[in-house]
Amino acid sequence: MSTLHTVNKSPFEKNSLDTCLLLIKNDSTVLLIEDGVAGALQNTTASQSIADAMSEGVKFAVLGEDLNARGLPADRVINGISVVDYAGFVQLAADHDNVQSWL
Amino acid sequence: MSVTKKFTYINRKAPYGTVYALESLEVVLIGAAFEQEVQLVFVDDGVYQLTKGQDAAGIGMKSFSKTYAALGDYDVNQIYVCEQSLADRGLTIDDLQALTYEDEDDDWAEKSSMNLVNREQLSDLISNADVLLNF
Repeated sequence: MSTLHTVNKSPFEKNSLDTCLLLIKNDSTVLLIEDGVAGALQNTTASQSIADAMSEGVKFAVLGEDLNARGLPADRVINGISVVDYAGFVQLAADHDNVQSWL
Repeated sequence: MSVTKKFTYINRKAPYGTVYALESLEVVLIGAAFEQEVQLVFVDDGVYQLTKGQDAAGIGMKSFSKTYAALGDYDVNQIYVCEQSLADRGLTIDDLQALTYEDEDDDWAEKSSMNLVNREQLSDLISNADVLLNF
């Protein structure tokens, strides 16, 4: 069973991303949305835990519309995180067996 | 006789995900009409409020970031940004809007409202405030 994990809280304010990464299986995907997109940028205090999960096989995506709203440049997203649009969000949901929303 | 107090607003939330940032900005603009001394502090995720190039059309919301540029016209020109909060988030001052004001005591010269502060300076700002408002 593959699961799409959505994280909508900033990793610098809430521990949603930490808990998600502690409990996620390696065949799953994390999609960062809303304030969660802050974690997608390079050189932050959250970068290392994302890199570690990535090296274990977890896939990462970030919603481009939420990056744009916050003025966060897509070209400074961590290498390996794919920038998707709302259609990509729907596709990810359809491609996985279940969706876990870490609120 | 009116008494001038130092109003210090502490902003610690990212914009758009919650309504705190917009509410804070509205309160600051309303409060500016009362001719008090105003200081705005951006710390933790509050630093995201000032990023350049915000475009919220894609998430169906109104971008309010351009409104910050009007603060100088309301004599709100003491803006303090925590440098450690920027660094923790992979950001620098160059990622933020360059907010300015015109100094009436200096032939209306355009000057920067932006001040990078460290933890110690931030601590002093809070300690020296008459009124603290948190968002």
